[in-house]
This record gives sequence, structure tokens and C-alpha cells, in this order.
Amino acid sequence: MMILKMKKEDLSTFLDSIREWGELWGPVKKGDKCTYAKVDSLSQMDLKATRTIIPPKKFLYPPRFTMFDYDEEGYVERLGDVPKRILFGIHPCDLHGVLIMDKLFLEKYNDPYYRERREKTLFLGHSCIPDDKCMCFATNTDFIAEGFDLFFTDLKMFYLVWVGSTKGHDLVRMRPELFSRELDKNDILNYTEYRKWKNAQFKAQVDFTGMPDIFELAYTSPIWDQLAEKCLSCGQCSMVCPTCNCYNVTDEVELGALEGTRDRFWDSCMFREYSLVAGGSNFRDKRADRLRLWYTHKLQAFIGEFGKPACVGCGRCVSTCPVDINVVTVSNALKELEVGK
Amino acid sequence: MKKMCVVLDEREVQDNPFKPEMFRIVRRYPLTSDVNFFQARPMDVDEALKFNYLPGQFIMLSVVGEGEAPFCISSSPTRPGLLEFCIRNVGTLTSSLSNLKENQTIGIRGPYGNGFPMDKLEGKDIMIVAGGLGVAPLRSLLLNILDDRDKFGKVTYMYGARTPELMLFRDEFMRFKERDDINCLLAVEKDESGTWKDKFGMVTSLFKDLGPIDAKNTVAVVCGPPVMYKFVMEHVVKLGIPKHQILMTLERRMKCGIGKCGHCAIEYLYTCIDGPVFSWWDVLHMKELIGRGASDKTFA
Repeated sequence: MMILKMKKEDLSTFLDSIREWGELWGPVKKGDKCTYAKVDSLSQMDLKATRTIIPPKKFLYPPRFTMFDYDEEGYVERLGDVPKRILFGIHPCDLHGVLIMDKLFLEKYNDPYYRERREKTLFLGHSCIPDDKCMCFATNTDFIAEGFDLFFTDLKMFYLVWVGSTKGHDLVRMRPELFSRELDKNDILNYTEYRKWKNAQFKAQVDFTGMPDIFELAYTSPIWDQLAEKCLSCGQCSMVCPTCNCYNVTDEVELGALEGTRDRFWDSCMFREYSLVAGGSNFRDKRADRLRLWYTHKLQAFIGEFGKPACVGCGRCVSTCPVDINVVTVSNALKELEVGK
Repeated sequence: MKKMCVVLDEREVQDNPFKPEMFRIVRRYPLTSDVNFFQARPMDVDEALKFNYLPGQFIMLSVVGEGEAPFCISSSPTRPGLLEFCIRNVGTLTSSLSNLKENQTIGIRGPYGNGFPMDKLEGKDIMIVAGGLGVAPLRSLLLNILDDRDKFGKVTYMYGARTPELMLFRDEFMRFKERDDINCLLAVEKDESGTWKDKFGMVTSLFKDLGPIDAKNTVAVVCGPPVMYKFVMEHVVKLGIPKHQILMTLERRMKCGIGKCGHCAIEYLYTCIDGPVFSWWDVLHMKELIGRGASDKTFA
């Protein structure tokens, strides 16, 4: 992998230059939270923020969009109206989330809607400052080696810049004089120091070792019913999770005409209708069954198939769930046979 | 070396897999009071002849302005040109379907799913057990086997319905009873019309009329309402048929058919791309293949 070095003060100039390629988006403050917004310059961004409310999946796969316009003649796909975007300040956990989305949407049948947005979106990663909710150390997603176009690691005076794709390299070539290939032993020392510092920041008490077996053992555990007593089935966990990909599709009809749009929007397996089939049979009628499905998918099934959890440890479920059901409390409850307050 | 970055440009570009193609309804008539039989084909006759599939596969069917849902194919790929479906009138999409007439159009994309492993069934004795509307995907398999009869061993077909009126394709199946290359066993639970001349009881009651079978060389294929599986499986397993040679096809809510929308997920599998055909062994070690909350309203 190509690693370059850039002076901290040159970042602003660099971002100004690459806006020629497409819209610049980055994390900005919104009240006491943080969200991705379109920006004009680095000064508007909040690079210290730990996590945005919604992960960057919304750029690849918007909460609601039109797949087809239809009339009696048939279905006409709606592609091509996606702007080119550069997302700056994406953290390793979220990039791991994007890699999981890539697997889901681009392998086997590839999804042209996802694909178009993926091709028109550049990911410029940035190193992060973990807080007490971060658990990427437990999901092995605290560092990232692929999936980004450029990745900036903040070493106080400098950035070390990983070039992860040809498009990332094209961006570098727009201002080659801002980058240096000269890396010396101080860079190695600084980087080692940075990794040590980052590892020391994690405070969450969480260990996902052996979770697939624990899920199997706890399949009929009363813990699921106890969690279901608390769960509101609001689905916020799905909305904020970087690896929740489920969606629903409906046909919207224009009044008075046999034409309309086929729309696709985020869905959650926490909703009762999720597994409902025609005739009224529901494979997951009970809230406990639906909760178990969600957590099975994050901490068991994906490990079985890909050897790692679908949870990327971003901590959004921890900061979002109104009744404190999240990967930490659920995995601990299954192991300790007790639901925390 | 580790594969670097996501090189999207090198991935194979496909047609939009979500785009329904327009098909013309060639024929539609009721099989029972609430199940309709449809024949449909692509507008272009060459396309119609090219449409290939496996028994047990399904398609996503759109009614313009109403939506899209998965339906299994009831026709056999050995008879190309027309796709056949039996569709029960249970929801908004299916009731708008039942209002469509010949020469109107529907959208279809597919076929999807694994389907029955036809190459692995060759040379085997085949036992098909259907209950209620579960006959819809199994008819495809049965017709395919009968059309390619010399490729298979002994063929047994068992089908149970609640009443003679609710027995789908009754006349077609009654005629199979006249053939000597298939053991066709039919039963109804009750008959108020007094027209039924054949066996009475649940489909499980037909097992006593089976005669000797070569269990190790038999593949059993079962489809019916979830409540039926438990009872049928007891019989099938007792016969000594290996658990991985007992196949079933399942139903789940689906919004895409191609492993993206998530609705049909069961642990790490998707019913749409890893199924809908699973073995009894799959069911035994994957707890949710036959839903705990599933009621007998699902198929029958």
C-alpha cells in the first residue's frame, strides 16, 4: 500500500482542490450530536467528533429512493441522478461497515442502485478518538486496510495518508506537491505511539469471544423474553447500524392514473410486519424472536459465514437505544443470565 | 497478497436484476373458489422459449400499481413457452391478480432460488408428498420427472387436500392413477358432496399404502403447510430415508428475491438464494427454517 505524508496545515488546501471532483461532505456539529453535511471547507467540519448519528451507509443506500417509474407499459429504472461526493472524516469502523455492505450488495446479484452510488462516492477516512462507547477493539475493526480511497492518520504535526484506490491516487495527483514520499524512522515511532495511545482509550467492557456458541446455547434462554419486555420495537437500532441493510419496497400510485413509482426504503427486523407472509402467518410474531434475529445477525450468523461479526463496534446502538438494549448489554446478559437495568 | 481496495470497475456489469419484464397472461381460470391458475409468457415468443428454470425455483411477480411478491412456478421446464402459477387469493396483490384477465400484463423477474437438484435426483426413487397449496411447486417437479421418466427410478406421489373441491389439478392427478409408471395416492379429509371415490384421511394416512421402498435410494420431497411437516417427517424418517435426502421447499416474506432485502434471512442463510429448497437435516440444525410462530394458515 502506498503511504504518503502531508503537513497538517495543507489539508485545507487539499480539500479545497479536490472539490473539483465532487461535493465535499464531512462531519459537522448538530446540537450535541454530529452528522454528515455538505461543506465548503475544512473549517466547517468537526474532526474530533466520535460518531455521526447515522453511518455513511445513507450515501450508498439512501433511507428512501425510487427504483422505477412505472405505467401500464412497464417499469423504467431510475438511475443516473446521483451526485459525485467526497466523504471526508470516515472512521475505520464505518469503513468496515461499508465493506460489509459491499459484500451484501455487490456480490452475486449486484445491486445497480448501490453500485452507482458506490462508484460516485469517494471515502476519505480519518483516524478517530475512541470514547467509552467504542468497541471496535472487540470486533477487530479499529484499523482498516481497504475499502477507502484515502485514509488520513493524524500524527499531530503530520498526516500519514494511505492511498487505497486509483481514484484516491487521482486525488493526490491533483495536488502532488502537498504530499511527500519521504518517510523516516520518526514516522514509524509516531505511528507506533499513536496506535498505543488509541488502544489505551477504550473503556467499554465487552468481549465477543465465543459469541456464536453462546447464541446457540442461549437459543431458548428466558433472557430473550426479558429483553423483549423492555424493547419498544422502534427500530432505531437498525437505522443507526452501519451493517443493517434490510429494506422494504412499495409501489406508490399517482392519483387517478395507472402510473407511479416503485420505492425502496429502510426496514427493520424489529417491526412486526417484517416476517409476515400472505394469509397472516408470521414467522417472528414475538418480539423476543425478532430481537434474537437482530442480534444473531450481528454476533453469530456473520461470524459463521465470514469469520467475523457483522458488528463493527461503532457504539451507535449503545448511544441510540432508548431502553439500553445493545450489543454490549445483550451479549453480557446472555453470558451472565441476567438483564442489566 | 491481500486483495487491495474495492475495484468496482472490474466487477461484472449486469442488467438491473430488479427490473420486471412484462409478461402477457395467456390463460387464467379458477382451480378452487380462491385459487387461480395462470399461464403467462414474455411478450416476445423467442424470449418465451428461452425462459429456463428448475422445478422449485420462484419468480418475483409484479402487478402494475399494486406491488411485487414471490410465487413458485407450477409448470415444468420440460414444457417451455408458458409459465404456470397457482395463486391463492389472500392479500391485496393476489386479489388484484385474481381480477386480471387474459391478455393483460404482469411484470416478472427471475427465476430465483436454488430449485430442486435435478441432476442429483437422477437415478433415484422419488417420493413426493404434498399438502394443500404445497402442490404448487411440487407439480413442477412431478411433471418434469414424468416428462423425463427414464432418468428416474420408482415415482410415488402422495397428495392430501381437505375436500375434493380443494384438491388442485384434481383431474390431472386422477389421470396419473391410470398410469403404471407412477404410484399416485390421493386423499381428502372429508367430502360433503359425496363425489369422492378414493381414499379418506390426512396425507399421512397414505403412508400405509406405500408398499416396500428402497429407503437409501429414495429422495423424498415434501411441501405443505408448516403444521404438516412435523407429522409427515415422522413417517418419512421412520421409513429410513436419509435426512439429507428429504427435501422441502419453504415460504418466507421476500422483497427482492436476490439476497439483498433481508426479510427471508434464517441465521446466515437467505431463503431466496440459499433456498427455498432445504433438506430435513438443514431444518434440524437450523432452528428457524420451520418458523416457531408459523401457523397452518401459511400454505393451505
